[in-house]
Formats: sequence, C-alpha cells, structure tokens
Amino acid sequence: MKFFPLIWSNLKRKKLRTSLTLLSILVAFVLFGFLCAIRQALVGGVDLAGADRLIVRHKVSIIQLLPESYKQRMERIPGVVLATHQTWFGGIYQDPKNFFMQSPVVPEEFLEMHPEIILPPEQKKAWLETRTGAIVGRKTAERFHWKIGDKVPIQSTIWADKSGNRTWQFDIVGIFDGAKKGTDTTPMFFRYDYFDEARSDNWGKGMVGWFTIRVKDPSRAAEVAKLVDQEFENSSAETKTEPEGAFVQSWAKQIGNIVLIVASILGAVFFTILLVTGNTMAQAIRERTGELGALKAIGFTNARIVWLVLAESCLLTIIGGAAGLGLAWLVISRGDPTGGLLPLFFFPTRDLVIGFGISIALGFVTGIFPALQAMRLRVADALRRM
Amino acid sequence: MNAQTNHALVSVDGVEKVFRRGSEDIHVLSNLHLQVPSGEFLALMGPSGSGKSTLLNLIGGLDRPTKGSVSIAGDRIDGLSDRALAAWRARHVGFVFQLYNLMPTLTAERNVELPLLLTHLSRAERKKHVETALAVVGLSHRAKHYPRTLSGGEQQRVGIARGIVTDPTLLLCDEPTGDLDRKAGDEILNLLQGLNREHGKTIVMVTHDPHASARASRTVYLNKGQLSNQPET
Repeated sequence: MKFFPLIWSNLKRKKLRTSLTLLSILVAFVLFGFLCAIRQALVGGVDLAGADRLIVRHKVSIIQLLPESYKQRMERIPGVVLATHQTWFGGIYQDPKNFFMQSPVVPEEFLEMHPEIILPPEQKKAWLETRTGAIVGRKTAERFHWKIGDKVPIQSTIWADKSGNRTWQFDIVGIFDGAKKGTDTTPMFFRYDYFDEARSDNWGKGMVGWFTIRVKDPSRAAEVAKLVDQEFENSSAETKTEPEGAFVQSWAKQIGNIVLIVASILGAVFFTILLVTGNTMAQAIRERTGELGALKAIGFTNARIVWLVLAESCLLTIIGGAAGLGLAWLVISRGDPTGGLLPLFFFPTRDLVIGFGISIALGFVTGIFPALQAMRLRVADALRRM
Repeated sequence: MNAQTNHALVSVDGVEKVFRRGSEDIHVLSNLHLQVPSGEFLALMGPSGSGKSTLLNLIGGLDRPTKGSVSIAGDRIDGLSDRALAAWRARHVGFVFQLYNLMPTLTAERNVELPLLLTHLSRAERKKHVETALAVVGLSHRAKHYPRTLSGGEQQRVGIARGIVTDPTLLLCDEPTGDLDRKAGDEILNLLQGLNREHGKTIVMVTHDPHASARASRTVYLNKGQLSNQPET
C-alpha cells in the first residue's frame, strides 16, 4: 500500500490520455456485460432446464398442435412419471409492445412438474377454485402493477372465444416467484379447462401446443424419448421428443450460434482494448525513462520496477473494468429492454466475476512488455534521458 | 595519481572502463586509483567526455568496471548482482542529479519519501525522516508543493533532501549546480558544504565549474581516463 501514491500519481500524469483509455475500457466492459446478458437471455434456459424433463412437440414444428388425449398414452409408457401440456396463447396486454408469454395449463400437474415455480398455498388453492384464475410471474406483475384480485384483459393473437372475441378476461389469483436465480418470472398461466371450453369450436379444440413429461430415471431419458416417438409413429400427429435443455437450445439456435457470435464480438472488442491500453502504457513508460532511472539509482530493484509498472496497468484496467461492469450491471438490472422478448435477461454473477478476471488479465498483458522494457533500462543510460 | 589514506571510505583500485560502440572499444578510464577518506568533500573536475560521470557511476554502483575493484567502507561492490547492488545503493548512497530527476507527479515530501519506501519504516517514521530532511535543506514550508511550482534551486534542494533522507554513507552529486544560476548554485553549494562540515557527510561531486570545486576540501582532475591533482594545461 505504501507504493500506492506513486502508482496513482503516475496514472494522473496525463489526465486526458488516462481518461480516454479508461473510457474505452469502460465501454468495452459495458458491452461485455450486455452481451453476457443477451447470451444468458437466449441460451441461459439450457442451464435451468430440468434434467428429468422431456419436451414432446409435433414432429413438423412447434406451431403444429398435438391432441390433448396423448397425455394418457404418454403416462402409460414405461419410465414416464408425469405428463402435462402447455399451449402458446400469444397474448398482449393493452398494447402490442406489452408482449409476454401466456399459456393454459392444468394447475396441479403443472405445478408438480415445475417445482421451480414458487406459489404460496393459499394462492394455489384460489387458482384451483377460480375457473378464470391466472397466476403471473413477479416480474410481469411488477411491470404492469398487477395485484391479486385484479381482472386483466389479454388480447390473443391466435385464439378467439366462441363469440369470436380475442380479448380474454382473467382474474389474477396468484403471483409466483422463481426458486432459482434466472427462473423466468414473466409468464402468465391460466386454467386449460376454462380455455378449452371457452375457445372457438372452429379450430384447435382438444389440441395443445406441447407436452412436458417427467422421466423416472434421467439416465434413461433418451430411451424414453424414443419410446414416446414410437408410440405416435404413423399417426396424424407424429412427435419429436427431446430433453428440455436441448429443446431450449434448439429454440435459441434459430437465431444462430449465440455463444460463437458473442465470443467473436468480445474477442474483437478486447483485442482492440489490448492495443489501446498497451499503447498507453508503452507511451507512459517511454516518457519517464529518466524517472525510472532515478528510481533505480535510489535503490528500486528491477523486480520492483516491473511490479510497479504492472500494478499501474492493472489499476488502470481494473478501474475501467469495474466501472464498466458496474454500469452494465446497473442498466441490466433494470430488466429486459425488449419488453418481454428476453425474459431471462440478466447479468449472471459468474460472468461478472469472469469480467473482473478479464480486467486483471488485460492489465497484466498490456503492462508486461512496458514493464520488461523498464526493467531492461540501464540506470546510467536512463538518467541521461531525463 | 594515487591519493592514499588509512581510513578510505571509497577505494577505487586499478579501474578500467571500456565501452563498446559498434566494433570499436572506447577506453574511458584506465588503471585508475582513487581513495576518498570518510568525511571528505571531493570535487571531481574535467572536460566533457573525460569520464567524470562514469567514475561517479562506478562509485555509486550504477555501473560496473571492466577491470579493477571498487570498495565502499571496506565492501567490494563491483561483483555484486543487480539486485544486491540496488539494495546496497538504497542503504549506502544518496544521489543528487544535475536535472534533479524528481517525480513531477509527486509533491516535494512524497519525492523525498521515495527512498524510504524501500525500508521497513512505518508511515509515521517515514514522515518524521522526511520532515527532518526537508528542514535540513530549508524547505519545510514547501513540502506540499509539486516540482513544477518550485524554482530550480528549490527543486535541487528537494533532490538533496531525497539524497540524505536515508542518512547514507556517501553522497554523490553529478553537476548539482550545472542547471542553476549563480545565486541558486551558491545556495546549493552552501548546503552541501554544511552537510559535509556540520553533519560529517562524505561527498563526491562532479563539476566543471571551478567556483563549485572551490567549496570542496579537495579537487582532483580527470583527463583522458587518468586522475591528477592539477588541471590539464
């Protein structure tokens, strides 16, 4: 710590240059934070997927419906413990930009299938007793200032009721939280029996979007998936069964290889920052050759000079990195900027720690060559260059 | 020339220094002998390129001789490793440079404190030493000032305070008045003389100014790599 004033004063030497370098590091780390959050939003569901859950969808595409009656047949397949279904409702609240996921479900089996959804017992009871009842995730409830007892109109882009009306009324009977950080708390779930009875007879009656099944032994999941697909082979609605994680991944892959895209952008950004900061440090050391000579003359060893230069470059990148990561965290914690398209949009702590590690590594890499240059200076030569 | 005494603090024996420039060897010092007794204020004079600064660097452990030996207070320093030499300099030598070589981003007191950062002294002890050194050079009232706000003479006094703050065995001054006007130069010479007479500091000062060398207790002349008691005529 006693060397800190010396290190700090060197950073203040050229305030404009240091500020501009800090700013470029800060921007790079803000970008890092946002890209991590976007990657989390797009592929983070894979980490949260249940290892014992399989998704069964129509073989052709997720938008093709499956008969609800498949549930009983699925539950008879050896290794399947439970099956439940969901259907994409495609609703908006008041305005098209207020989009979020809604799905009709069978409450008891749905909650049993998804223990990561935390709903107080009295709210669960109210849901079972209220035919038009819906539960909504904490994030969406806070977003629209909904509370229990509210009646909310949701306009579906897909489903109409028997009178052709696309606006459905729901009673908010529960607000759920997630058991894990990253559990999606933006959807709304309502009762399938109400939905199926009220929806138009013209299309989709008795049909559902996809099934989630729980297997008894996750190590036998592939075998069970094959059995499920065999069960519905040569039917009018053949199925494709895959682990929940793979399902989420294939959903994200529709956009592209997110991890590769993010890694490529970050690679380019950090390489640029490496050059910018490296140049700043190299210039800073060249300018003070005489001062380094004086320090060596009064007894600073080569090792200490290397340490001082590295400490200076690391301090620069740590300040810039911490400020960038902090700013990214602040902005990202305000929530999904797309208004519902990226419900898992958050800055994972793991990435925050990785970002901090990168800032230290950046300081080391950008400082090591100027440090070695400073170390190699001959005192007598350096003193002449004051 | 061979100035022998029984209690030499600095002992330079048969020293040669050869620099290589391209394929050419340049002999800067040849078979040079010098003894500086403890408590002496020695002026080292000579024309430009005569090897004055090279000799000072050898005495101060900033460079190593090609041949011969350099001993300070009985310890040979010419064979020490870089690391050991740096540690030795921190303990035994104070340097005063012509261009002061102060850190422009540090205040006067922080500049003076620099050599103490290499010791195990506590913050309070370092502060006390810095105050004493600044008081000796008469700059206590300028402790919080940055070098750019100080005059040349004041900056050199800060440089001297930095040189003496660790109470070194030997104070080596390379043209300490070379960048100052006559008045400021005189103040610095008075200060060095005071350090020698009142505090018993052994000083070796390189200068080309006869006015400065007149303040020393002895003057030796270096020419073509050899020492003499008389200037070259």
